[in-house]
Amino acid sequence: MFRPSATGLTRRERYEAQQRRRALIVASASTAGVVAALVVLVPLAPGWDKVRNSFFNAEVFAKSFPKLLEAFWVNVMIFAWCAPAIAVLGLLIALARDVKSPALFPLRIFGAAFTDIFRGVPVILTVYLIGFGIPGLGLPRPWNSPYIWGSLALILTYSAYVAEIFRAGIDSVHHSQRAAALSLGLSERQVMRDVVLPQAVRNVVPSQMNMLIALQKDVSLLSFIGPVEIFRQAGVFKSLLANFTPYVGAALIFLVVTIPATRYADHLMARQMRDRR
Amino acid sequence: MSKMLAFALSVCAITTTAAFADGHCAAGKTLTDGKLTIATGNPAYFPWVLDDAPEAGKGFEAAVAFAVAAEMGFAAEDVVWVRSSFDEAIQPGAKNFDLNIQQYSITAERDQVVDFSEPYYTAPMAVLVGANAADTPATLEALRALKWGAVGTTTAVPKLANVIAPQSDPLLYGDNADVNAAITANQIDAALFDLPTALFLSAVMIEGSKVIGQFAPDQSDNPDQFGMLMEEGSPLKPCVDDALAALKASGALAGIEAEWLQDTTGVPLIE
Amino acid sequence: MEKLVLEGVVKRFGNKAVCDGIDLVVKAGQMVCLIGASGAGKSTLLRCVNLLEPIEDGAIYLDGEDISVPGLNPQNVRARIGMVFQSYNLFPHMTALDNAMLAPRRVHGRTRGELVPEVSELFERFGLSEHMAQYPDQLSGGQQQRVAIVRALAMRPEVMLFDEITSALDPQLVGEVLDVLVTLKHQGMTMVLATHEMGFAAEAADKVCFLHNGRVLEEGTPQDMFGAPKKPETRAFLARALK
Repeated sequence: MFRPSATGLTRRERYEAQQRRRALIVASASTAGVVAALVVLVPLAPGWDKVRNSFFNAEVFAKSFPKLLEAFWVNVMIFAWCAPAIAVLGLLIALARDVKSPALFPLRIFGAAFTDIFRGVPVILTVYLIGFGIPGLGLPRPWNSPYIWGSLALILTYSAYVAEIFRAGIDSVHHSQRAAALSLGLSERQVMRDVVLPQAVRNVVPSQMNMLIALQKDVSLLSFIGPVEIFRQAGVFKSLLANFTPYVGAALIFLVVTIPATRYADHLMARQMRDRR
Repeated sequence: MSKMLAFALSVCAITTTAAFADGHCAAGKTLTDGKLTIATGNPAYFPWVLDDAPEAGKGFEAAVAFAVAAEMGFAAEDVVWVRSSFDEAIQPGAKNFDLNIQQYSITAERDQVVDFSEPYYTAPMAVLVGANAADTPATLEALRALKWGAVGTTTAVPKLANVIAPQSDPLLYGDNADVNAAITANQIDAALFDLPTALFLSAVMIEGSKVIGQFAPDQSDNPDQFGMLMEEGSPLKPCVDDALAALKASGALAGIEAEWLQDTTGVPLIE
Repeated sequence: MEKLVLEGVVKRFGNKAVCDGIDLVVKAGQMVCLIGASGAGKSTLLRCVNLLEPIEDGAIYLDGEDISVPGLNPQNVRARIGMVFQSYNLFPHMTALDNAMLAPRRVHGRTRGELVPEVSELFERFGLSEHMAQYPDQLSGGQQQRVAIVRALAMRPEVMLFDEITSALDPQLVGEVLDVLVTLKHQGMTMVLATHEMGFAAEAADKVCFLHNGRVLEEGTPQDMFGAPKKPETRAFLARALK
């Protein structure tokens, strides 16, 4: 017989609450088990002492961490000026690939070639080629700075990817939106600017977040042409101290930034999936 | 007849192996019995190894390696060359070489993780400047104003920071070739190398560049002494050290240096 | 007075002639309903009139002016002819009010300041005042479709085209949208509807055209068309549609 409970919960609610409690206990127990196994078993490995000394050395960590943090600031700055430039250039390239006017056909070719080339070439080669190559043509200081040309290499490469994502976003806006806007008398340009692009950009925000996270990591490639960012700084410590712990420190700093960003991108992606349903 | 010959050969083989085991400290201590596996850089640079071919024994380090091997009782054909990066040399775990020779400066920190032989060469640090800075005077004050570069994995980095202390942050690179490119692109004025490398780069690689000065070896907090690198606790170390000591005593090491390394006396000291 | 005239309009998709020589006359202030099975060419015809589809042959006249000349800038024509779609097609990133003001601002270069009172009045007239600041996804289907009508009206069009605007709506919401059309008719708007609402066509239309295989097979007053259709195809269609 059905009896309403004193707590005011229905039978179903009480059942679900009980299920939730059970799930929580099982999940906690299994997680604790795995962690305990790792903590107990890994140190039993014969080489653990050497590995710990090489990768997880507290003394080396303490010695290198402050300078790594300082060097990370270089990454942050390079990232900060690259990201907006990439967004703008990526959008322009995406638009260039969609122009219909025959007079602007060269622009279209350029857009296609740009995305093909910069997506096809390894980033590090672009960084070397532009970072050493263009200054090598004889530019005066400070215009031959590796910061400028290395950043340009990142901007070009990432714009190519970002442009393709923007294009996918433009394609994802239903053609009936264009028809409706055209039927009101708007020009093609106005339709693109006022109706298609705002929706396209919003649709691709999660994908572009992932590009930002990738960019944050690839900023380190600039270390190959001189800037002492976190990866190079860690490498210097590694060489001097003959110890890999500085790389672990650098990884931790990266994770502090990228994990929240990744979670946020996933959250946006999930919300978008919900909205589409 | 053929049986006789086979017997004679096997007796011969046994006796040579036995003689080797009795007479040489390295017996049974190498990766492969009867062979000495030596690692160098990839690529290996002039003047340390000529033409990136250490097997030929040409270049200072290649010649030193063969001389040490001979002292330890290994014939030239028993020396096996492999390549290794700096990271491979210091990572924990078993190594794929008995000895590693690629201008490793001996430092206390490194010595905690790996073993070094006694030094086989003392290389002062030298200043290489590009064409645009070729007339910089060899004084610390003038050097401070330059834009500096160095290879990030070398002891040039702390030396730069501690002794020269340049006014703007130095740029650091992955290897000699990249420093070379940065000087050519006029992104840096000067770079710090060990003297033989600096002389080579200036003479052969970077047009218009010049070695304007060297630091006296005792001036730095890291005396730039190159040692052969071995796995931490390597049983070969006493054997290698004995071999080097013998080469020094006989003057053979000095002879190799004279043969392969340019005369460094013409480079002024930086006060 | 003849507001809109179609002469022998042909529109092909590949080899298939969706409009196969359509003649149609719409007088000023008239409501003309296009009926016929799906695929008979009703929607395509409306899209051709609004120059969303170029026509292969024939001509379309608005106030006696040929608007189907190849190469003519379609914007000026579209600004004079409003169109409402089956799927509303409101811009999801704008409020209802901004949806309605976008085209007058961009095409006529008018400011928000002068448009707000005018467009608000339109919203009020169709009972949408409280929804002006809402986004499309906060509105019901019927409300969205009424906002879409207001959006088209905000351009002060001379002719309105309606492409099965109630087909996507829940049955209880159809009435509120059709009421808007009646209001417009009273105000003297010239309208062409593609519709499946036979009851509405019978009651409100001035003229009903039956499209079959890309042609106007039969046309006449609602009384004639629904009371005494002449062609067997028309009778067959109506028998199915009114069942």
